[in-house]
Amino acid sequence: MTATAQPADVGAGASEFTAASIAALISAAPEPRPTLAKTFAAMMAREFRVLGRNAISTFTRAVLQPLLFVFVFSYVLPKIGGGMMVAGGTGAGGGSGPGLSSAGGGVTFATILVPGLMASMLLMQAIFGTTMPLVMEFSWQRTIEDRALAPVPIRVLAIQKILAGAIQSFIGACIVFPIVLLVHAAGQAPHVHVTNWVLLVAIMVFGATSASSLGLLLGTLVDPRKMQMLFAVILLPLTMLGCVYYPWSALGSIKWLQIASLVNPMVYMAEGLRAVLTPSMGHMPLWAVLLALVGGTVVFGSLATRTFRNRVVN
Amino acid sequence: MTTAVREPGTGETPETPLPGPDPEITAINTKNLKKTYKSPRGNVEAVRGIDLDVPRGEFFGLLGPNGAGKSTTIGMLTTLVAPTGGTALVAGRDVVADPVGVKRRIGVVTQNNTLDMQLTVAENLQFRSRFFGLSSREASRRAAQLIDAFGLGDRRKALAHALSGGQARRLLIARALVHKPDVLFLDEPTAGLDPQTRVNLWEILRVLHAEGQTVLLTTHHMEEAEQLCDRVAIVDHGRVLAEGGVDELKQGAGAATVVTVRFEEQVQPDFPERMGLTARPSVSSAEVDGDQVRVFSAEPDGLLGELVELGAREGLHVRDAAQLRPSLETVFLALTGREYRE
Repeated sequence: MTATAQPADVGAGASEFTAASIAALISAAPEPRPTLAKTFAAMMAREFRVLGRNAISTFTRAVLQPLLFVFVFSYVLPKIGGGMMVAGGTGAGGGSGPGLSSAGGGVTFATILVPGLMASMLLMQAIFGTTMPLVMEFSWQRTIEDRALAPVPIRVLAIQKILAGAIQSFIGACIVFPIVLLVHAAGQAPHVHVTNWVLLVAIMVFGATSASSLGLLLGTLVDPRKMQMLFAVILLPLTMLGCVYYPWSALGSIKWLQIASLVNPMVYMAEGLRAVLTPSMGHMPLWAVLLALVGGTVVFGSLATRTFRNRVVN
Repeated sequence: MTTAVREPGTGETPETPLPGPDPEITAINTKNLKKTYKSPRGNVEAVRGIDLDVPRGEFFGLLGPNGAGKSTTIGMLTTLVAPTGGTALVAGRDVVADPVGVKRRIGVVTQNNTLDMQLTVAENLQFRSRFFGLSSREASRRAAQLIDAFGLGDRRKALAHALSGGQARRLLIARALVHKPDVLFLDEPTAGLDPQTRVNLWEILRVLHAEGQTVLLTTHHMEEAEQLCDRVAIVDHGRVLAEGGVDELKQGAGAATVVTVRFEEQVQPDFPERMGLTARPSVSSAEVDGDQVRVFSAEPDGLLGELVELGAREGLHVRDAAQLRPSLETVFLALTGREYRE
């Protein structure tokens, strides 16, 4: 075959494709040498390329919500006289539950918000990193087949998605940290004291992986056309009742809610960060937090890889 | 013949092919391959036991109307659909027991545009190359070769979602070729393309075939199958109705020209017998289907006019008439009794 053809819809300046050049592609094709590690690394590289391309929107998304939150609650409200101090302090939100006890005077609301908003960011970024891409990938075009045809088991693709989501989640929480630390009115500074850096990293890592696993599970269970319902029915309750704005131990006076909150994975992220960032606040025992986060990663991860495979392989 | 349903494989099976047809000779082998979709509203038998044997280097077509089971079959052969019965070997690997082994050896052009929309043209090719173990440098070189060969040079940095239908199709084919696949699967590769772009894609596929590439193509375009395929399996309702070379099929079931006359009125079922049509040696069969009469004849000259005249004697008024020369369309008509609708 020696015919030369010009594609009909290639714009001016396009090079011609020729029979010879296509034929050469077959004979000159490099021998593929895929291994699980190489393919996995390439998939991760693809994630970082996309993340880099969307860096501005990702950064804006990660920053705006916590920035506005601490701006209103740690700067505006204290300035206009509605500042929140708890445990001996003044203002709304004051209380005297065991979780709100503090050595030495009041605890600023910002102190409660630092771990709470970081936990919120762990969950939200994980959802954006795993669940949202699945909307497009499982839509009618099924672009997921692009990577499903890579030479690795489908469950490895699921694990790669969990890891990619977890990295986004971890980065998101790191971005939030300086914001919630620095944005506040005079006298409203959060009292942050990292007791154990290794534990902090461990809690953030397992918080990110459990959130990302949950994100993949939700993304494979929820109909892509009804994904907006995810926010109203799942994410909003998880966040509002996830001990972001109050410590879990402060719920002692609403026992049923304190017990019901134990099924919310976000509670463990917030409480774990509270334990290592603001230890002066009451918090859950660390062993319980770590058990829940590691267990959550294993359980959500196992379920998610299974449901993911079922969605990919018809 | 194996019909047991097996659990999907882990992809960690050894690199040795299973006992069966020699993978140096046979590219695709299926035995009684089945797929039933279960749903609360009842089971749907999409594929009801398909046997295929495609030698290496062949351009093989699965031809059938929409809903015939072609895409489900190609889905099973490319490991994206789990069979519910039978066996399928691709390049000597079992699609259920060794899906990773199969994926290493195939290139797939899906019916939908499954390009990575968040990547550019070049990146789509580079990352696919890296999925198959090429280094970054090798992947870039391979991507550049493919971009040039497929005439996508000026779209190199365009995001995939900005491509026209024809460009996207060419990129999909290029992407399927990054790793020198043993078998190239093309699921309706020209669906939705304008005729000019379709012909250009055919040219590419002919070149690939001439270079020894094994290709399995699904299409519902008769002309596409006739133009490209060495052999064709005609599929309908999840079964293979006939299989063979295009000419071979035409000389067999579809050897006759089909003359069809549709009347305004319903036609009596015994019309062909009463009019002596079935008694003619040149007529292989004649049938009534509601308001139309269809005659399969090796000597069609004048037959159409004659049918109109015979109908008029019965008080029937012609609505339309058609004459189909021997083609895959007449093969389909002879095999199913139904007109082929793309």
